[in-house]
Amino acid sequence: MSEEIDITKLETPELLELIQDDLYDGLADEVVASVNELLARDMTPSDVLNKGLVAGMEIVGFDFRDGILFVPEVLMAAKAMKAGMEILRPLLIETGATQIGTLVIGTVKGDIHDIGKNLVSMMMEGAGFNVINLGINTDVDAFLEAIEEHKPDILGMSAMLTTTMTYMAVVIEALEEKGIRDQLLVLVGGAPLNDAFAEEIRADAYCRDAAVGVETAKKLLAIRRGQPG
Amino acid sequence: MTTIQNLLDRGGYIITDGAMGTVLFSAGLEHGDPPELWNINQPERVAAVHEAYIEAGSQVLLTNTFGGSRYRLSLHNAQGQVVEANQAAAKILRQVADESDVDVIVAGDIGPSGEVLAPYGELAFQDAKDAFTEQAAALIDGNVDLIWIETMSDLEEVRAAVEGTREVSDEIPIVTTMTFDTHGRTMMGVTPEQAYETLSSFEVIALGGNCGNGPEEIIEVITKMSSLNNGKPLVAKANAGIPELVNGKAVYRASPETMADYAVNSFNAGARIIGGCCGSTPDHIAAIKNALAIHVQ
Repeated sequence: MSEEIDITKLETPELLELIQDDLYDGLADEVVASVNELLARDMTPSDVLNKGLVAGMEIVGFDFRDGILFVPEVLMAAKAMKAGMEILRPLLIETGATQIGTLVIGTVKGDIHDIGKNLVSMMMEGAGFNVINLGINTDVDAFLEAIEEHKPDILGMSAMLTTTMTYMAVVIEALEEKGIRDQLLVLVGGAPLNDAFAEEIRADAYCRDAAVGVETAKKLLAIRRGQPG
Repeated sequence: MTTIQNLLDRGGYIITDGAMGTVLFSAGLEHGDPPELWNINQPERVAAVHEAYIEAGSQVLLTNTFGGSRYRLSLHNAQGQVVEANQAAAKILRQVADESDVDVIVAGDIGPSGEVLAPYGELAFQDAKDAFTEQAAALIDGNVDLIWIETMSDLEEVRAAVEGTREVSDEIPIVTTMTFDTHGRTMMGVTPEQAYETLSSFEVIALGGNCGNGPEEIIEVITKMSSLNNGKPLVAKANAGIPELVNGKAVYRASPETMADYAVNSFNAGARIIGGCCGSTPDHIAAIKNALAIHVQ
């Protein structure tokens, strides 16, 4: 039990491992305590984020993808992540640490499902992205407005219904018409989608679940930025 | 009057209906509009779907109220119409049933709230239960024969729906099914075996699986539930495959013949209450009826 561990006596690498374990188990208080301890040891906020929280959420993501963890465990891990982030966020802003990218995400017009989309938001945040979540029933104007305002690297769209997924094509066509389609990556997801659908509507990729979404976002962004994936 | 228990006592299989939502979209429901409001605005079109399913051989039909809880309707700013929409739906199906030459059972359909219950999400158990009580009360007022709770992924939400229904009626039979679409479990990680144990303890009249990624998935669920069987009748209500996009329209590829095979395989695996979910039509149900009639003498 982690509450029996005196974290001040742990070596820093052990403490980073502990954060990852506590994230995995969704233990928010324990994560917060370890974040504070690492900061007290003069670790930079961005190291605490990347070596602790992000590394931990990556393991959660893999096990979610592989069917070892399910939505409840991921939601609890995301809550623990959020608790740790609340301490780190102001420090990261202060130190001017750069985020790895910005994501604008929403469930498309006519569709009111947001559990999966919120999971993606939390895991992308966990991976170090700045996430602007537009919520459900998002029409093309709301997407365009948010893109103009936040200049995202990635646009994420979600749909749970066969009757609403076609609206994604409407949004992509609007991006093409405005001549801004190439400025961002478009990732799509949702129960009825598949690779062929993403290709047909000229999205950059279909992401089967939140973990695949994070992997794909990182990979495609690295390629786009000319870095080795 | 025939009850679900009478049908079960006769032995053999019971055929339910197929999809409502996807059929209403073909009938002109606009993308994004809640099907439940058609109970109020287009009752004759909802009735026509029920009639087609009875014609095809459905013995248990579900009201057009899948998204009829206040949480679902609030996403269309229609949370004030829970009572009206659910009562109207029950009355539409009751009237179709009463006018039919064959005995059909009117099941009041309750789908998930669309919210995640605490501690994982924000919805308090009591709030979920209250919402289900409101919906169940309207359906029962509209004279449904049973309450059908479906497409659930969280056992606590099922419990909220069952307890919510029991606030209204101690006697009304309850059927519950969950959706096992994530690595063989529900989205919330519930295995068919866990679902079987827990739902049985809720004293439902039948339980099983619905929706998901097509026929094969449900047969696996039924097989697992059967292996624990303590005699609870099992329900299989599969989607007509996984939709594909063809010329901008979603097409469910499973043919009536495929669904007929699925029905026979489900029955062989232990299901007694068999029908379709998203993408299935009266043609699929007619094929299911024929196949079961030939297979089960």
